[in-house]
Amino acid sequence: MSELAVGDVVAEKTFDLNRGSLVRYAGASGDFNDIHYRDDVAISVGLPGVLAHGMLTMGLAIQPVVEWLGGDSGRVLDYQVRFTRPVLVDATAGASITVVAKVGVLDDAGARIDLTVTFNGDTVLGKAQARVAL
Amino acid sequence: MNPELQGRAFAPTAPYLVGREKVREFARAVFSTSALNFDPAAAQAAGYADVVAPPTFPIVVQEATLAQLLAEPDAGIDFTRVVHGDQRFTYTRPIVAGDELTATLAVTSIKSLGGHSMVTSESTIVDATGAHVVTAISTLVVRGDE
Repeated sequence: MSELAVGDVVAEKTFDLNRGSLVRYAGASGDFNDIHYRDDVAISVGLPGVLAHGMLTMGLAIQPVVEWLGGDSGRVLDYQVRFTRPVLVDATAGASITVVAKVGVLDDAGARIDLTVTFNGDTVLGKAQARVAL
Repeated sequence: MNPELQGRAFAPTAPYLVGREKVREFARAVFSTSALNFDPAAAQAAGYADVVAPPTFPIVVQEATLAQLLAEPDAGIDFTRVVHGDQRFTYTRPIVAGDELTATLAVTSIKSLGGHSMVTSESTIVDATGAHVVTAISTLVVRGDE
């Protein structure tokens, strides 16, 4: 990895979510908020429909980086995101989330990997950054 | 929201025992492809005692502390108005199956902005020996009256 440079894309991946993905994440995480599987409840609180869990988006967005690190998440030292836009998951069409991971900073500690995470062309996570050991 | 929450001390949560199947279930749910999340032999070959939990798994342990915060009788937090603003994890090491973890909550900041309140809390997660594993930091945004 010695020839890494700032701006290099180290990983890129698209994830296709459907309502089943949300139910699966609800069970795995214990977050059973109704807005992640019931349109009627989502609409009653002013949302356009069922949304993906923010933590599901955060959780999958780091996966291409872990793959790049050879599957060893022990090399992820710090990971942060800001939730800026919801991901609406249509009952039939689902939702596609695209992750692009780029080198933001290189230093003695390793690298800061900056993630661009988009849904329908809009960025859904802000300041999505992981510090990794190289 | 009650500004006096800032600096309040909370009791550590009951120990959470990390199960191998829970790690696998969570790993599948976040679309992991890493053998270290599923295969104990692969994890051991990489120097871990058992399967390794994905980076965002600490949310499962942190959740109990956020429930403590929302349940605080004088917090003045209306759960139906809470939105997750941001999230951060700072790791000493990854969580592995077999870990027995406890989390201790501290409210580090409370701010108001344009009718909304923002509460930032830090959950320090340690293992059975008391050694630090990961700190989970969340900002919850409580929407004001419309």
